[in-house]
Parts: sequence; C-alpha cells; structure tokens
Amino acid sequence: MVTPKVQVENLRLSYGPKEVIHGISFHIEPNEILGIIGPAQSGKTSLLRCINRTIEFTTNTRQTGTIRVDGEDVSQMRDVYALRRKVGMVAPLPVGLPLSIYDNVAFAPRNAGVRQRAALDEIVERCLRQAALWDEVKDRLDSLGTKLSGGQQQRLTIARALSHSPQILCLDEFSIAIDPVTTMRIEDVLKELKKEMTIILVTNLVQQARRLAARTMFLWNGEIVEIGPTSEVFSDNPKDRRTYDYVNGIFG
Amino acid sequence: MHSQSPPPVTFGETPFTRSKRRREKIAFAVFAGMVACIVIPLFLIVGYLVKEGAPLISWDFLTTNPVGGMRKGGIWSALLGTFWLVGTSLCISAPIGVLAAVYLNEYAKDNWFNRVINLAVVNLAGVPSIVHALFGLGAFVLFAHMGRSIIAASLTLAIMTMPVIIASTKESLAAVPRQFREACWNVGATRWQTIWHIVLPNSISGILTGVILQVSRTAGETAPIMFTGAVFYRKIEEGNFFAYGLADQCMALSMHLFTVTTQVTNAPHALPFAIATVLLGFVLMVNLTAILLRSWLRGRKKW
Repeated sequence: MVTPKVQVENLRLSYGPKEVIHGISFHIEPNEILGIIGPAQSGKTSLLRCINRTIEFTTNTRQTGTIRVDGEDVSQMRDVYALRRKVGMVAPLPVGLPLSIYDNVAFAPRNAGVRQRAALDEIVERCLRQAALWDEVKDRLDSLGTKLSGGQQQRLTIARALSHSPQILCLDEFSIAIDPVTTMRIEDVLKELKKEMTIILVTNLVQQARRLAARTMFLWNGEIVEIGPTSEVFSDNPKDRRTYDYVNGIFG
Repeated sequence: MHSQSPPPVTFGETPFTRSKRRREKIAFAVFAGMVACIVIPLFLIVGYLVKEGAPLISWDFLTTNPVGGMRKGGIWSALLGTFWLVGTSLCISAPIGVLAAVYLNEYAKDNWFNRVINLAVVNLAGVPSIVHALFGLGAFVLFAHMGRSIIAASLTLAIMTMPVIIASTKESLAAVPRQFREACWNVGATRWQTIWHIVLPNSISGILTGVILQVSRTAGETAPIMFTGAVFYRKIEEGNFFAYGLADQCMALSMHLFTVTTQVTNAPHALPFAIATVLLGFVLMVNLTAILLRSWLRGRKKW
C-alpha cells in the first residue's frame, strides 16, 4: 500500500480555552486533489496551518494528535523550513510582498540557497506561467508586487507558493479575489499540477471542489462531517444529511 | 391620530443642516484655537531667544573657547562637548535599542516574562533623568571606575534614551503588516530572513526617525551629564574636532547654559540667549534631517 502523502490522526487544536478542531483523522493520497468545504469558523485554515506548522507563530495554541507528511511526523522534523517549502501555502487574501514581482517569486528559492541568475529566471517564468500571470507582467517584472491589482496579487501569491517546488500545495480559498475566467484558467493549471503534486483545496465555492477534487471533505465546527469521493459527497444521498444541505445551500 | 404622514424628505436648507453647519464652525474654531495655543508661545519663545542672542552669535562665537571666567569668548568647548556626548551615546544606544526592539517584537513569545520586560521598558522611559544621572554616577563613574568622563556620561545618556528608542522601533516594526511575515513564513523563510528582507527595509524610516529624534533629547539634557562627565569649564584646542577623548571630561551646551545663568556673575545679558539659540539651532537641524530622511524614505514606501 502506498504511504499517504499526508496523514492526520486525531488532531485537536485549541486557541486558548477554545477548542477549534475536535480530533479529526483523515489522509490524502499522493497526487490527489482533496477538496475541503465548510462554513467559516469550521477550522479549515487552522488545519492547513497545522500541516505546515505556521500555527507555531500564533501564541497560546495547543495541539495534540499527529500529522505525518510522507510518513514523517511533522512535529518531530528538525528542519521546519524544509517542511514549509515542501508544503506550498496560498492564503485567502492576496499578499504581494513589498518587493518587485521578480523578487516576490525568487524570494523562496533565494532563501533556500539558489543563487544563479539563470536558474532564478527559469523558476520565475515557470511559476508565473503556471499562475496565469506571466503574460500580464512579463514586461514589468521589476515593478512592485504590491502595486498589482488584487487578482493579480493573488496569482502572484500562487506563483510564490509554486516557486519552492512544493510536493503538497494548500490552496486556501485562492479564488475569492480572482475573476471567474482567470479562476478557470488556474483550475486548469491545477489539473496539470496534480500530476506533480498533491493538492489540498479549501474552498467556499462548493462547485469548485466538485469540479476539481477527487475526494471532498466537509468540515463543520472542527469535525469531519463526511469525507469521501466527490461524486458521493455531491450526490443526492451522501452519508450525512448535513452534507446534502450544505452542498445544496439549504443549511441551518 | 397616527395617520399623520411624516414631512417629506428634502435635501435643502433645514434647521437641522443649519445647526449642523454652526456646530462644524465651532468645532473648527476650537481646534484652530488649540493649535494657536501651541504655535504662538513657540514663536514667542524662539523669537525672543533669537532677538536677544543674535548680536553675540558669530563664527568666532562658535569656534573659540570661553575666556574671562565665561564672560567673554565663545562656546567652542561646550559645542564640541555636546557633539561628542550625543554622538557617543547614540553609537551605544541605537544599535542596542534597535536590536532589542527587533527581538522583543519579532522573536519574543508572548509570556509573562516578556510582558514584564516590555513593562519595564515602558516604565524606564518615564524615569526622570536625574534618576538616570544617579544611576550613571554609581554604575559607571564609581563602580566601573570610569571616573567623570565623556564615556561615563554617554553611557548614562544611552541608558536614558534606550527605552525610548526601543519603544519607537517596536512601533515601526509593528506597523509592517503581519500578513507579509506570514507570507514569508509560508514559503519557508526563517524569521531572520523575513526580518532582513521584508520587515527592516519597510520600517527603517520609522526606526531612523525615532533614533534621530533622540538626538535632540540627548543634546538638551543637563541632569544626567552633570554628575557623570560635564564640567564647569574646560579649555580645549580650537578648531580640532578631536580635541576631546572618550576619557576626558567635557563641557556641554545645556550645562554651559545652566552655569552661565546661575553661577557666573556679570555675564553679558545676551550670552545665555546666544547659547540657547545655538542649542535650539542644533536641535532644529537634527529634527530637520529627520523630517527630510523620513519624507525621502516614505517616497519609496512599497505598499
């Protein structure tokens, strides 16, 4: 049997006295797109932050359970920076770093020790192309990333996440700042990227999960309501009634 | 009774809009008056000082030692002493203060120990300068056997300005949005890489302004240097910028002003005014540098 790319076992997370993830377990196969849907405050972003351990930058959190990436317990990893390069993360709000467009994308490779200009050029072009941004910015790579429009900055964020060649790509509602046409272009890219990497797609657009994900997980109030093949989750009779209600917009 | 319909909504002149405009005018007058309360005394003070002191100020006044029991000559040794005190103390307090602020803002976890440190920094900034002076006397002059010297006085001044530098630097660092840091951490940058490439370049204008503004404060303080290194009178080589050594005692403008007004009898009437004008001019020049630097760096602001 193949080792799961990501394996989460009985993960619990609390911010101060408030527990937000109540012991969830699931796994993600290599080269799979896992869709995660669920309303606000259901723990989606927190879950992603646990996987790449950026949760450590939030004070007063407590986490139990284990998360394994390629069979290796992330909490035991010595080189947390290597873990974060292995897990690409796209945050819901676009963040262009106050650097040039080129430097935005070259930031991670440089920090990881890539110095040759040619290698950096190649990475920058590849990532910007994959993020469907290359054509718009190829003539002004040295202008500021923060001066781009919101949607462009979001694609820049995606390019940056791809720049360190992650094996797992976490997309946290990547499309809220992007127009539908560009979203579709990026979705096509994701289908391509699936061949190279595992993708975790957190989305509020349930139809996006339906289009892309092989399996879909419905997270609600820090618990997994249902996880299964997307066709089943989106069918007329999923295992849990709440899934049907949420997917069809008649929740609560 | 309830069937009476409300008056139609109009957007023209009504009693309500009139009273609104009247209140607006009153508020404006009050705020403008407050500004006048600050600005008018300032101009009166500066104008008075300059008017009384100007006849004495000349290039010679700045570049010759005081003579004749302070009654004649210039203020060279005091002016140079102030330069040395300010420069040395800033060389000590700026690096330590900025690095401490980086640690407190970027690295330190939010626990009781660091909260105590932050509280201590804030409180230290509010300690009267005479208390710092006594600490400097005990710690540097006596305990560390530095004697009364520029280095002891500068260390005392540095201790005094450091909390303020820490506070202003922390504020500048905190003004860099947290999402930039998170974006960097997400791509596997270390804290230091994040600080060096993103946080510091975008907070440097605020940090420098905070540091430079401490120059004027340092230049004006009398109490901390009185016990630790400044003297009533000292003759030094004129025109030599390195006439003082770190272990020497020195004169200082603020102290000189104090002694001339209180200790020297029959000093020319214009002398204290001239000294004050020079001190003010020095502070003004430093602040002007800060403003120019700030506007230049802000022009390069990146978001």
